[in-house]
Amino acid sequence: MSVVDRQEWDVVVVGAGGAGLRAAIEARERGARTAVICKSLFGKAHTVMAEGGIAAAMANANEHDTWQVHFRDTLRGGKFLNQWRMAELHAQEAPDRVWELETWGALFDRTKDGRISQRNFGGHEYPRLAHVGDRTGLELIRTLQQKTVALQQEDFRRTGDHESRLKVFQECTVTRILKDGDRVSGVFAYDRETGRFFVLRAPAVVLATGGIGKSFKVTSNSWEYTGDGHALALLAGAPLLNMEFVQFHPTGMVWPPSVKGILVTESVRGDGGVLRNSEGKRFMFDYVPDVFKEKYAESEEEADRWYEDPDDNRRPPELLPRDEVARAINAEVKAGRGSPHGGVFLDVSTRMPAEVIRRRLPSMYHQFKELADVDITAEAMEVGPTCHYVMGGVAVDSDTAAARGVPGLYAAGEVAGGMHGSNRLGGNSLSDLLVFGRRAGWHAAEYARALADRRPRVDDAQVGTASAEALRPFSAGAEGEAGPPENPYTLHQELQQTMNDLVGIIRREGEMEQALHRLAELRTRARRAGVEGHRQFNPGWHLALDLRNMLLVSECVARAALERTESRGGHTREDHPRMDRAWRNVNLLCALADPAGGLAATDPARGQIRLTRETTDPIRPDLLALFEKEELVKYLAEEELYE
Amino acid sequence: MSSYEARFQVWRGDEHGGGLRDFTVDVNDGEVVLDIVHRLQATQAPDLAVRWNCKAGKCGSCSAEVNGRPRLLCMTRMSVFDRAETITITPLRAFPVIRDLVTDVGFNYQKAREVPAFVPPPGLGPGEYRMFQEDVDRPQEFRKCIECFLCQNTCHVVRDHEENKQAFAGPRYLMRVAELDMHPLDAAAEAGLDRGRTAQDDQGLGYCNITKCCTEVCPEGIRITDNALIPLKERAVDRKYDPLVWLGSKIRRRSGA
Amino acid sequence: MATGTEPQHNGGGVRTRTRAAIAAPHLRTDRWWLAPAATAAGLLAFVVYSTWRAFANAHYYAAPYVSPFYSPCLAENCRTMRAGPNADLFGGWWGISPAVIILIFPLGFRLTCYYYRKAYYRAFWASPPACAVAEPHRTYTGETRFPLVLQNVHRYFFYAALLVAGVLTYDTVLSFRDQHYRWGHMGLGTLVFLANITLIWAYTLSCHSCRHIVGGKLKHFSRHPVRYRAWRFVGRLNARHMQLAWASLLSVALADFYVYLIASGVFDDPRFF
Repeated sequence: MSVVDRQEWDVVVVGAGGAGLRAAIEARERGARTAVICKSLFGKAHTVMAEGGIAAAMANANEHDTWQVHFRDTLRGGKFLNQWRMAELHAQEAPDRVWELETWGALFDRTKDGRISQRNFGGHEYPRLAHVGDRTGLELIRTLQQKTVALQQEDFRRTGDHESRLKVFQECTVTRILKDGDRVSGVFAYDRETGRFFVLRAPAVVLATGGIGKSFKVTSNSWEYTGDGHALALLAGAPLLNMEFVQFHPTGMVWPPSVKGILVTESVRGDGGVLRNSEGKRFMFDYVPDVFKEKYAESEEEADRWYEDPDDNRRPPELLPRDEVARAINAEVKAGRGSPHGGVFLDVSTRMPAEVIRRRLPSMYHQFKELADVDITAEAMEVGPTCHYVMGGVAVDSDTAAARGVPGLYAAGEVAGGMHGSNRLGGNSLSDLLVFGRRAGWHAAEYARALADRRPRVDDAQVGTASAEALRPFSAGAEGEAGPPENPYTLHQELQQTMNDLVGIIRREGEMEQALHRLAELRTRARRAGVEGHRQFNPGWHLALDLRNMLLVSECVARAALERTESRGGHTREDHPRMDRAWRNVNLLCALADPAGGLAATDPARGQIRLTRETTDPIRPDLLALFEKEELVKYLAEEELYE
Repeated sequence: MSSYEARFQVWRGDEHGGGLRDFTVDVNDGEVVLDIVHRLQATQAPDLAVRWNCKAGKCGSCSAEVNGRPRLLCMTRMSVFDRAETITITPLRAFPVIRDLVTDVGFNYQKAREVPAFVPPPGLGPGEYRMFQEDVDRPQEFRKCIECFLCQNTCHVVRDHEENKQAFAGPRYLMRVAELDMHPLDAAAEAGLDRGRTAQDDQGLGYCNITKCCTEVCPEGIRITDNALIPLKERAVDRKYDPLVWLGSKIRRRSGA
Repeated sequence: MATGTEPQHNGGGVRTRTRAAIAAPHLRTDRWWLAPAATAAGLLAFVVYSTWRAFANAHYYAAPYVSPFYSPCLAENCRTMRAGPNADLFGGWWGISPAVIILIFPLGFRLTCYYYRKAYYRAFWASPPACAVAEPHRTYTGETRFPLVLQNVHRYFFYAALLVAGVLTYDTVLSFRDQHYRWGHMGLGTLVFLANITLIWAYTLSCHSCRHIVGGKLKHFSRHPVRYRAWRFVGRLNARHMQLAWASLLSVALADFYVYLIASGVFDDPRFF
């Protein structure tokens, strides 16, 4: 085996999206030599897809907004399952994180008096989202990217080398976190361009790899979202938290196939768009749950009056929370009242003049015009639910973003769990990235500094195992394996179909059991995933390696979803349709069944994941006091209330 | 729903050589060129290298050349082609090839580093920035850039003249200079940095002969030439070639002294 | 189709050794040559016509109309145009057509115009002939050195063009007279002149240098509301700079040709009142 190139860094950040870059900037500014590893080119991370904005209680649009109100909204959105200390820190620090972006050159849309403009969004009591048109994520990533470059320019002036203290390894993938005993000692990675392996030795590793959407067939996520960070944490011995909570956005495009899953922004409905089934009926009126009955209109006439006069009329049911709308669309399609391509119709064309549509929804107009050849001013859009975000993730300490049980491992952003509870509010993901990205970078740098010269060593045996694992697809079918080599693309498609059909938006016990069987079978086949060609930029090989992660994470989702016998936020059980207060303070933790971190020895039938239940810390009384008693009664168990 | 078989020529190879390979692939209604490339990967050429991410024209990863024109693969609908024609896909031809449709775009990251960064205004803390929408409109247009590098690829200054890569930053990074020069709170001038002059001296603005191919290929519809490059040229004229301005600044300096 | 399997020799440009080995200088299949060809034809036609007319030194005045090619008329050998744009700055030594003196300015304005530069760099110099079509030149320095660095004088030609447009406006006002210099009349020529001067102004004001001068150079529009409005107005015109460039080129030629037809007696100017 060729000698694996090794480098020494203080902090390694895996992922260069919003959280990763914010962590890297923080670590570098605190003096740590920092390496960032990302699967794509620098600046292409999935964060660019975020449209709505960054939620932060800056009170520019409404002076009554405070962090306490933001905290309250976040907990309501997450149905009180949030790691409350994270939600508190998030609400407190988000404004500073947004303002800081301005000092790095970000240009948000402005209010009349020159401050950052803030917009309304579902679940937020006040207009709170700092935004740049509908491309806020792009602005965020570009600003962080340019700040990174600014720091590199500073280092160049000082040392003559741009990359002396902050380096981005673009188009590289980490396949294993290396450990020395309990502690993190570095990462093992391959360079996509050359196929070469390398090891970055570092005492602190920050995971910021985003989500898991690519395990589902219909998703708004990009190819990178294969749950790498989730899987790396599991393999390193860190548990994942509440993986059953997956957010399905109700309106993704369903046609043409090439863009299936791409988001249709919530503002389409906010501006008057209505949902209809194939019979032309505005079906949402049939799906208003009892708890919301008094807040939503009962007739089309009343709903239509709301747009003009929201004070004297109730909201149209199209504006119910995301999970409700997604479930309703799902039910209509299952009942055979769907659109030709398996969605429902979202219509603005009969609701407002063409010119108004083009002015208010320019990006949607272009998205449909260019991608689907559909003129939304003349015909209805076809939409359906799409996998959007995973609330679950690496279990972390709220203040330091440190993963539990593995010293030196940190996680921030979508890959970290807890912050959003069972359901995330729009706008809270970008602020989450910034707040906890910074905290992860900060504490990782402190940890690395405190170690001084007592740094963990890289174990050559682990490097050897990791490279053998990564090379395995090239010799698939050779080592006397049972069965022929498998096509990784086929395996991926089958996995996506399984998760979509059996652990999707509406879940049933039998189906999830079936899913676990299929996953076990896929896992055995995935061990035979073979590739053609050589190591240089070989997408088939990359996919074969990503399959391990997707299968691990999918099993976590399926197992946790099977375990939680209630419906809450991003987890809907047809056989347990109600929220159960007894589950309010229960976290489900996933850990690897084989604590040594090996995968080969695992029993295929029983799976690789063990679940444990854990009771959450009681919410601090001063934070509970922010809510009315009547509201708390709906969520909290009796004993929690009386404490 | 109808599908048909389309003929493709896809460039395959690496820096040691390569050529156009013929493929026949099924095409379904509503697909884009990137879907076809993915189908090739899944069925005929699993190791066919291509970059892509969002598949919605927002990340700028899947830049390539289709029938000789620089485009995003995910935003090129199959319906724009005649069913009988053979569609050619090649990597970007201004950059070194790595493998198949993937090129080494390091040139752009190099140039990004050479543009002096935003200079925050001294004396203004976070949260104290006040800017007006009419002032941020101009730089905001340039910040729509998704860095697909199609403009960098199509610009003949470097596409047709490798040796100019040293001196010329390309439209994307000249636009970045314009963006910073138009940023209402950029304090470069106060810090002694003349962005108009650096554009001329360090970024090679003079190489641009405003033939507008950058604007033509921009998938974001940014009017790079009219709104960034020409204003930048005019600003450079202000500093370097305008005798009235030159005289004025001499007089002002003298009276100030 | 030529496709190498070997890396080519260092052919330069798209055939540089490190780039994808494709022998063809371009793979465009559309009619990319149409636009540069049409541009070349249009510009050539104008050059031929205007050269003929500029050196003709005849048939440029038919009361009350003066050809825009000869206005203002700055030499002694100009025809006397009553209350017309005569300004004998050059005296009697100037022997050739007086059009040559004044045409320098509009010519310079258009020659250094950002649109025309694009047009002739593409159409005549093939630099590049079309996007992603390899240009035939071995080296390229753009507008970094002499003579092309002189393109930067565009704004001075813009100032001159403002003056010329002013004179042509004056000529248009004069066209509200009849052959006997009595005011309050109109003929077909008046309409031709009105159309021409409108397009000349629109083209002149849509100039990129103008856009810069009126407001583009500012960093804070919010502090200069009037100039901001002016900038936005010019910006809207500027978006049509190419169309205006062609329309005004055509209209100025037509206005001249109209005067030529009247002056050479091909037909009489139809008078409305």
